Amino acid sequence: MGMTLQVSQLRKTYRDNVIFDACSYTFKDSMAYAIVGPNGTGKSTFLRMCALLEKPDAGTIDFLHGDRALDKSDGIMRRITLLLPSVGVFNTSVYENVAYGLRVRKCKNTEIEQRVAALLKLVGLHDKMKRRALTLSSGETQRMGLARALAIAPEILMLDEPTAAVDTANYKAITDILLSVKHSMKTTIIFATHDVKLADNIADRVVTVSDGLLMEI
Amino acid sequence: MDLIVEGFRKAFLLIYRLDADLMGIILLSLKVSLTALLIGTVAGVPTGAALSFKRIPFKHALLNIMNTLMGLPPVVVGLFLYLMLSRRGPLGSMGLLYTSSAMIIAQSILAFPIVVSLSYAAINGVSMVIRQAAATLGASQFQCTVAVIKEARYAILSAIMAAFGRLSAEVGAILIVGGNIAGRTRVITSAIVLETDKGDFAVAIALGIVLLCVSLSVNAVLYIISRRGRVGQASEYLWA
Ligand SMILES: Nc1ncnc2c1ncn2[C@@H]1O[C@H](COP(=O)(O)OP(=O)(O)O)[C@@H](O)[C@H]1O
Ligand SMILES: [Mg+2]
Repeated sequence: MGMTLQVSQLRKTYRDNVIFDACSYTFKDSMAYAIVGPNGTGKSTFLRMCALLEKPDAGTIDFLHGDRALDKSDGIMRRITLLLPSVGVFNTSVYENVAYGLRVRKCKNTEIEQRVAALLKLVGLHDKMKRRALTLSSGETQRMGLARALAIAPEILMLDEPTAAVDTANYKAITDILLSVKHSMKTTIIFATHDVKLADNIADRVVTVSDGLLMEI
Repeated sequence: MDLIVEGFRKAFLLIYRLDADLMGIILLSLKVSLTALLIGTVAGVPTGAALSFKRIPFKHALLNIMNTLMGLPPVVVGLFLYLMLSRRGPLGSMGLLYTSSAMIIAQSILAFPIVVSLSYAAINGVSMVIRQAAATLGASQFQCTVAVIKEARYAILSAIMAAFGRLSAEVGAILIVGGNIAGRTRVITSAIVLETDKGDFAVAIALGIVLLCVSLSVNAVLYIISRRGRVGQASEYLWA
């Protein structure tokens, strides 16, 4: 089951630069959302706040399971994830990168092996499992990041510009993976992109950031 | 010319025969430097990490001091420690002067700031994105910190090797506090000084060759580490 993400009266400023002001929006369970807009409008900032990496100046970010609001004791950080635009590749093998989230959860090795193998197949990196992850191309890196994010079976999967620096073949591959995730896994998907075509292709709802607010289009 | 040729011939013979005195000197050198390195590492890496992760008062002043101490002249450390350990010094009662323990202490003092400074730089050099990525995958604060340190592991190893390079080549401090006593505190560098003074070049050359080999090995290891630490085609596959 996915999770509902509700932001209300969100405010975020960098010094005098007001990025969000009184921004409220609800991302519903198991739906796919695209946040579109040109560079510098605050898409990444918004996702970082939702992933609890950064605090808003004011307002609340709530995670709901049905009607129930989850709190710290529900281990929110372990149930949501954000694929950062630069991925953040660990200097280990591709396999260990994907296994990371399972290792911090102290999963059994046999379980890790199975899950990682399945995900590497899904993203088409099965033959590059032993590769030093830092030597992957940018498209492969994004796909690995996607596998790493999916490994933890997130209830909310956030992605920041998942196709920004990739070639056509990888663009197609990533689109297909996201579509298959959308259809086969019950997870709420929220991704930022400046690619309107990608947004239309994958998202159920497309929202933009304008004047510090999120607006559906 | 004869002097040099003859010196080298005898030197190689000494090495080839694994001359007992020579081996004793080499082993003591390694024991002293490696022990000091271990102490410097055990104390220095956590200190460097703490400086990087924690809010510490006077952090920048401390870092500046560490950076300055990296270039500390060994003879000054030797002199300082000599004054502390000499019979009339504050620690004189411990009777450590002219022992290998005194040499280890001296070299630990030399190693510490190098390991602190360079491991601080190593950990600080890890991108913020690594910590964030770990956090997005559900790592706890502590696990995030571990991920960052792990990411810096090759650079930290370089720091340790750099310290070892300095220790193995150092003579000023160990000569002063060790006293270069045969069979007890005579190490490669101090023996070279003595033998050259005496005009017994064979031993000096033999030890010089060994010391060069140690330096070369240190540099080879450093080179391999630096290649694994960053993106490189040469090390495309993990050695597992
Ligand atoms: N850490 C930061 N410090 C100061 N300003 C920032 C910071 N992060 C982002 N900004 C500013 O906030 C605005 C929104 O940035 P960002 O969220 O990255 O936009 P987007 O992802 O839509 O391109 C930009 O003007 C950017 O310069
Ligand atoms: Mg952005």
